[in-house]
Amino acid sequence: MMIELRDVCKTFYLGESSVQALNHVNLTINAGEYLSVMGPSGSGKSTLLNMLGLLDRPDSGYYGLSDTDTNQLTDNQRAAMRSEYIGFVFQAYHLVPRLTARENIELPMMLAGISNGERHRLSSQAMQRLGIEDRAHHLPNQLSGGQRQRVALARAIVRRPSILLADEPTGNLDSHSGIEVMELIEELNRDGITLLMVTHDAVLGARAPRRIKMLDGTVDEDIIDREVELST
Amino acid sequence: MVNIADQVFFCWQAILRHRFRSIMVLLAISIGVASVVVLTALGEGARQYVLGEFAFLGKDILVVLPGKKETTGGLPPIMGEAPRDLTLDDTHNLGRRLSSIDQLAPLIVGSAEVSYDARAREVMVLGTTEAFVSLRSLRLASGRNIKTDDFRRDSNECLIGETVKDELLGSISATGIKLRIGDYRCRIVGVLAGRGDAMGMNLSDAIIISVASAEKLFDTPGIFRLLVSVKPGFDIDSVKQRIIEVMTDLHQGEEDITVISPDAMLATFDDIFVVLTLGVAAIAGISLLVAGVLIMNVMLINVSQRTEEIGLLKALGASADDVQRLFLLESIITVAVGTGVGWLSGWLLVTVGRELIPNVPFQTPPWATLIAIAVALLTGLVFSWLPAKRASELQPVTALQKHK
Repeated sequence: MMIELRDVCKTFYLGESSVQALNHVNLTINAGEYLSVMGPSGSGKSTLLNMLGLLDRPDSGYYGLSDTDTNQLTDNQRAAMRSEYIGFVFQAYHLVPRLTARENIELPMMLAGISNGERHRLSSQAMQRLGIEDRAHHLPNQLSGGQRQRVALARAIVRRPSILLADEPTGNLDSHSGIEVMELIEELNRDGITLLMVTHDAVLGARAPRRIKMLDGTVDEDIIDREVELST
Repeated sequence: MVNIADQVFFCWQAILRHRFRSIMVLLAISIGVASVVVLTALGEGARQYVLGEFAFLGKDILVVLPGKKETTGGLPPIMGEAPRDLTLDDTHNLGRRLSSIDQLAPLIVGSAEVSYDARAREVMVLGTTEAFVSLRSLRLASGRNIKTDDFRRDSNECLIGETVKDELLGSISATGIKLRIGDYRCRIVGVLAGRGDAMGMNLSDAIIISVASAEKLFDTPGIFRLLVSVKPGFDIDSVKQRIIEVMTDLHQGEEDITVISPDAMLATFDDIFVVLTLGVAAIAGISLLVAGVLIMNVMLINVSQRTEEIGLLKALGASADDVQRLFLLESIITVAVGTGVGWLSGWLLVTVGRELIPNVPFQTPPWATLIAIAVALLTGLVFSWLPAKRASELQPVTALQKHK
C-alpha cells in the first residue's frame, strides 16, 4: 500500500499562539518500507504519524493511500480504513485496563464485527507469534512493560494491516525489552508490513534503512540507505 | 459494526469497572421507579379502600339527605347544613306514597353513655328501623333483629355491637339484659356480628335502638339520613326523581333534600382518587427527571475520564457511531438494571404494606408501572445522548495525547 503526501499542512492553535506542525510536507512511502522519523520535540513527528494513521486531517494538501484521496472520506470511512489497513503502537501502550490481554488483542476485531471463533483463532496466533500466549488471561496491570507492549503489538497486527505506525514503541521500556520489542517489530516488516517508527533514540533510528529528520514541520533530511536495503 | 453481544459485554465491563458511579445512577433511577410504584399503590389502595367502604350499599339503595346543594356538581353535601329538617313523618309519608320503595331506614346518630350495673361506656347510638340490618347487610351473632312495625312509635328493643357486649357484659349472655342510656331503658334482643369499620362508623362499638326512641333521647326533630331500598324491577333513577318530587310536595314546594345513589357517590370518589393517584405519580416522576440530570453528569464525567479509551477505540477502527452507541448502551444498561431494581423493591414494599395493613388493598396500577419503566428508560436515553454524542465527536488525536 503506497503512501503519498503532497504539500500537507497542519497548524495547531493554542489560544493566541499557533504552531505550524506540518509545513508543506511531501513524502512518498512504498509498500514494505521501513522508516524511522526523528527530530526534536515539536518538529511535527507525532502530527505526521497521526496524519498517516488517519487520526487527523490535514488543513491543506493531498494524502493518498493507494490512490485513494483520504480527504474525500467521511469519518466513518476513515475509521473503516484504519480498521482494515493500519495498526498503531504507542509509547504508553494504551491497553484498556479492565480487559485481559486476549480481550485487548481482540478489541479491533470486536469493533470490526468479526465472529468469536475467528477472533479467538487470530488472537491466539498473534499471541503465539509475540510469545505471550501464557499471558492471555492477565490484566494489563499484571504484566511487565515489555509484555504490555507485546500485547499492544499483537493488537496492532492481529488484523494483518498493511501499515504499522509506531510512536516511540520502546520509550517506556528498559533497553533489554526495548531491543526485544524492536526485533519483533522489524520481523513484521521483513514479512512485508510497511513500518514507520517515530523515535528520539538515535541508535534505534539508525536501524532503519530509510531515515527521515523533521525540523519545524518540514522534512529536513530523507536518507535512504541503499546498502542496507540491498543486503536484506 | 460491533455485534450486540460484544457491545453489551464491553459496556458491562465498563460498568463494573466504575462500580461506584454506576451504583449512584442505578440508585437514582431505582428510587424514582420505586417511588412511582409505591406512591401509586398507596393512591390506588386508598381508592379501593374507599370503594370497598361503600360497597355495603347495594345497587338498589338510595340515600336521602336533608339540605340541597345550590350548585350542581362537586361533592354531595354530606356535612351540609339543612335549612329544613327531614322528619319521621316525611319518611312515613314517603313510604306510603311511593309503591316503588321497598324498605326505609331513617337514621339518627348520636353518642351517649350506656350503662349496665356499675359499668358504663360512651358509645355511638344509632336510631333506625329493623330495615337497617338488611339494608347494610349486617349479620347477627346471636338473638334477633329489633322490631319496628311502626317506626314512629317508641320501642325498647335494642341491638348491640360485639365490642359493646364484651366491654359491658363480658361473658354473660346478652339477650334479655336491660341497659340504661340516660333516662331511656332498653332490652337487648340481639348482638351484631363482626367488627369492621364502614363509612366511618364502627358498628361493633355501637348500639342500635328504634329511631323514635333516638329522636326523644337526643331531642332532635330531624333525621340524619334516610336509606331507601328500591323494589326490584323499578328504575333507580326514576325512583330518585320521584322521591325528590314527593319530598318537594311534602315540604310545600321547596326542594330541600338531596338524593344520592351509590353509583354517583362512588363515581365522585373514584374521580378524586384517580386525580390524587395521578398527582403523586407525577411528583414521583419528577424524581426520575432529577435522576436524568444525574445520569447526564455522571456520563459526562465518564466520557472525560475515558478520553484515552475513546481515542484508542477510534484508532483501532471504531467509527463515531460505534463510540456513541457504546456509551448510550452503557447508560441504558445501567438504567435498565436500576429500573428493574426499583420496580422490584417497590413491589416488595407494596407487598409488605399489604401484609401490615390488610384492610387497604395496596396495589400499583399497571399503567403506573408501565409509565415508570418507560419514563426511566426514556430519561436514561435522553440524558445520556449528549454525553455519548460528545464522546463520539472526540478527536482521536487529542484523546490519545491527553495521557501520553
